[in-house]
Amino acid sequence: MSGALSIRNIVVALLLAALLLLPLYVKAGGNLFLLTLFNRIVILALAAVSLNLILGYGGMMSFGHAVYLGIGGYAVGILAHEGIYTGFVQWPVALAASALFGLVIGALSLRTRGVYFIMITLAFAQMAYYIAAGLARYGGDDGLTIYKRSQFFPPLNLSDKVQFYYVCLALLFASIYLVHRLVNSRFGLVIQGTRSNDTRMRAIGFPTYRYKLVCFVIAGTLCGLAGALLANNTDFVSPAVMYWTRSGDLIIMVVLGGMGSVTGPLIGAVALLVLEEALSGITEYWQIILGPLLLLVVLFARGGIDGLLQQIGPLPKVARTKKVGA
Amino acid sequence: MSLFFEQCLNGLQFGLLLFLLAAGLTLVFGIMDLVNLAHGSLYMVGAYFAATFAAWTGSFVLGAVLALVATLLVGMAVEVIAMRRLYGRDHLDHVLGTFGLILFFNELVRLIWGPEGMSLPLPSWLNTSVQIMPGFSYSAYRLAIIVVTLSVAAFLYVLVMRTRVGMLIRAGASNREMVGALGINIKLLYTLVFGLGAALAGLAGLMQAPILTVQIGMGENILILAFVVTVIGGIGSIRGAFLAAILVGVIDTLGRAYLPDLMRLLLSPNAAATAAPALSSMLIYLLMAVVLVLRPEGLFPAARR
Repeated sequence: MSGALSIRNIVVALLLAALLLLPLYVKAGGNLFLLTLFNRIVILALAAVSLNLILGYGGMMSFGHAVYLGIGGYAVGILAHEGIYTGFVQWPVALAASALFGLVIGALSLRTRGVYFIMITLAFAQMAYYIAAGLARYGGDDGLTIYKRSQFFPPLNLSDKVQFYYVCLALLFASIYLVHRLVNSRFGLVIQGTRSNDTRMRAIGFPTYRYKLVCFVIAGTLCGLAGALLANNTDFVSPAVMYWTRSGDLIIMVVLGGMGSVTGPLIGAVALLVLEEALSGITEYWQIILGPLLLLVVLFARGGIDGLLQQIGPLPKVARTKKVGA
Repeated sequence: MSLFFEQCLNGLQFGLLLFLLAAGLTLVFGIMDLVNLAHGSLYMVGAYFAATFAAWTGSFVLGAVLALVATLLVGMAVEVIAMRRLYGRDHLDHVLGTFGLILFFNELVRLIWGPEGMSLPLPSWLNTSVQIMPGFSYSAYRLAIIVVTLSVAAFLYVLVMRTRVGMLIRAGASNREMVGALGINIKLLYTLVFGLGAALAGLAGLMQAPILTVQIGMGENILILAFVVTVIGGIGSIRGAFLAAILVGVIDTLGRAYLPDLMRLLLSPNAAATAAPALSSMLIYLLMAVVLVLRPEGLFPAARR
């Protein structure tokens, strides 16, 4: 993230500004639906940012990341169902449950690599899906309606759409900053080292398994936060949020946006969900366009949107700063 | 006792069906090193073709044969148009690209056949039961599935291990460039292998069609099961896929049939009623987790390199 005035940095800055100013536009008479749509985008972007930490930087191809959306969501939903509405209990429980789940499945899954890792994370996520579908007390297959959003101290009211949006946005920005700091720290460099060559990192003396496990747990915990937000956003949680196609959606966001940068997943989430919205406005059969589009991105735009923007390079007439890596 | 025997046969039948899917997956992975999520779509396409052709021709068998050929062609077309470009890419690209194909196929099927499912009625000669032993009869159709899948498994074994094409397939798996340098059209070979995998998936789909309804997304749940089978068996190994498929089929079926009763012995009826369905659907995923922890390469890893 060099400070160059490149097209890409300008686009990212404009996107962040637009996200910040959106509620003002909606309040000034814009479409209220926009706020609902973008609230969802912001939350899923948070999930994608967390996935990017392990997928983009750690090279760990988890195909079960949506499971934490379910765990965070169910933590909020179940506690609310049992009469505990305070967010000071709900959210820490959501984070702790996600961290614990990440620790257990990470410890087992990280023993495998390659396709086996993809499949075992997928299998664990499916397991959680079936557990949730079997929770008869909490709605089972049909899901669980949440009648009251998480309660915090008085001025903060999550039922207020604008306030809730800004809470989500603040958490998204905070987690992007956190991931940025993480990947540029010693820890992050070790993680990126294991992506390139795990054997060599071990030969230098790094216990890479432990590093990767910690990274896996952090990513899961962050995504659990997104799950708690998502449940509050929809006032509902169901097993469907952790179905394997949802994990696929998260991977799409990360790759579409670009795995090489911390803001890539945000760009990807915005692009994918806005595209879905736009295509579904054109035709009922919008996935027939989206599917091949994904294939084209995979085939011809490896770096995702972020990579394309970086290729455009710096603005003309601006002195090129030396590239300091992504 | 005869109920238990029937459940075992059901498990065997389901396992053999899973084998048809898993064999295609594992062939394509073992030879082209390609993770194909869209394999379940070919299963679905096979079922839709069979329902359509059977209705057109009025014959179940003729419909099935036509559907098989059609799925083979669809598979080869998919390979030429899309998959071919994914070889040699990393697995993330495969996952993403074929995920896109799933969306495409689901929507295409909805466009062509509509959102409602279809049904494929059985002809009367299959819709009966056969007496296997005195006092025990079994569905003729399920028995037919067992016979067909076992013969397909035997055919695959002979094809891969005993024929010239099979030799080329095995050679292509270990060194693509070398086979190409010897003057073999490796591209065509890959297209044929992918088409074969597609036809196997289509066969599984059309045989399952009369038991379940033909609907969009039918391939997705069973695809995950087929992946579990390939992972337990060891990716790339057809023999492993065969044994793992039967293991998974039998455990899954018996688990669903007997776990609720078994848990009622240990837990209160109320707790058993809630826990049993969840546990029985988790059973094979647990099995997979245990296998991967103990033997990260699967039970019967393909001997390669």
